[in-house]
Formats: sequence, structure tokens, C-alpha cells
Amino acid sequence: MHPMSVTVLLFASYADALGAPSLSVELPAGATVADVLSAVRRRPGAERLPPRPLVAVNQRYASPASPVGPGDEVALIPPVAGG
Amino acid sequence: MTRVGRIVTAPIDPARLLADVSRPANGAILLFLGVVRDTNDGRGVTGIEYSAYEAMALRELQAIADEVGESLGVDDLVIEHRLGELGLLEASVGIAVAHPHRGEAYDASRRVIEELKRRVPIWKREHYVDGTRQWVANASGSSAGVAPGVGPVAR
Repeated sequence: MHPMSVTVLLFASYADALGAPSLSVELPAGATVADVLSAVRRRPGAERLPPRPLVAVNQRYASPASPVGPGDEVALIPPVAGG
Repeated sequence: MTRVGRIVTAPIDPARLLADVSRPANGAILLFLGVVRDTNDGRGVTGIEYSAYEAMALRELQAIADEVGESLGVDDLVIEHRLGELGLLEASVGIAVAHPHRGEAYDASRRVIEELKRRVPIWKREHYVDGTRQWVANASGSSAGVAPGVGPVAR
């Protein structure tokens, strides 16, 4: 079990806040969605995110306790506005 | 049976949506179009720019088509959402539903648009007459701490 690097996709207002469409975060083995959020929070601009942004793992909405592994597709989901 | 969700960049063609769901068994065909309107929250709107997490949006649209179709017994249901820069009166979303009878068709159409607005990862930035732009969220949409598909509304 080694630390891993995970790419986090950003969209819309969140991409604007962090100044990029994605970023790479280092996570400990056995990490969860909550760990991803903690890592993202250390980035400049993250203070503009809400306290508990939605996260999707492999294109499905995930809860803070959901596990995140190497190769997973992780995305922060701003409040949706379809329709 | 036609239960389909699509993400498009070209203008939505209502005739094509109607053709997609038309079958001799269906006595009722409904078309819903969501179009760009000229005001929001009292501000003059000139257009809306739509973007998406495309792979997940497509997955959610297809899931909604399948779920609503399954739960209401509607076999013919097409949902199309457009991305990109849209001007006034252009359709951002089109929903065509067909069923042997009207009741199920009305119910399915309504349920599809409500689910779409609640959980499909699509975003819009409104452009205003004064030249400014702003990201806007749906009142019923997913927001911080309320994950569609994770809470009590999980499918």
C-alpha cells in the first residue's frame, strides 16, 4: 500500500475557482472522498468552494466515506443547472 | 422500445425527437422543450452557455430514461440536452414521450425534467444585457451536502 496520485476533475464555477479544469492530488493508501476534499482544500482558490461540495467517483455520486483508489475518475460537481 | 438520453451540440430538432418515439401502439405523444428566456431574477438575459461533465451527464440522462420508463411503464422516451452557446428561444433540452395513453406520457415527461434538473451534471452561465456573465444553479438541483443518488432519494 503506497501513497497514490489521483486526478480530480473540476467544472464550471469550481474550475474557475481553482483556475484549472483538473488537478492532481496525493493521497494515502485507503483514502476516501473526504481525503480528496481535504487535499483539494489546500489549493489556492479552494476557499471559494462550498463547505461540502458534491463528489462523483467513476461518474457516480459518492459520499464522503466512499473509497478512492488508483485509477478512479474523481470529479467535484458544482450545483447542477441542466434544463 | 426507445429509451434514450443524448448530449448534443447541434440545435435540437423537435421533429426528430417526435419521430424517435412514434409507433402505431402509442396514442399519445408529448414534446417538452426548455428554451432560453429573456429574463432571470429580474435581469435581462441575452443567452446561456451550457457545459457538462459529459460522460457522467450522458450516463445520468440514460439512467433517468430507464428509471422513469421502467417505473411508469413508458417504453418510448427520448431526452436530449444541448451544450454550448445558446441564444434566446433556442432549446437547451427536449423531451419526447409516447405511450398508448396520455396520463402516463404527461407523468413521465414531468418526472424526467424534474430529475434532470436535480441531478444531471450540466452547468449554465447566463449572459446579461449589461455584458456580465454568471454561473446559475437550479433551485431543485444538487447542492453542497445533498448528493443525488446517495441520500434517501437514491435510486
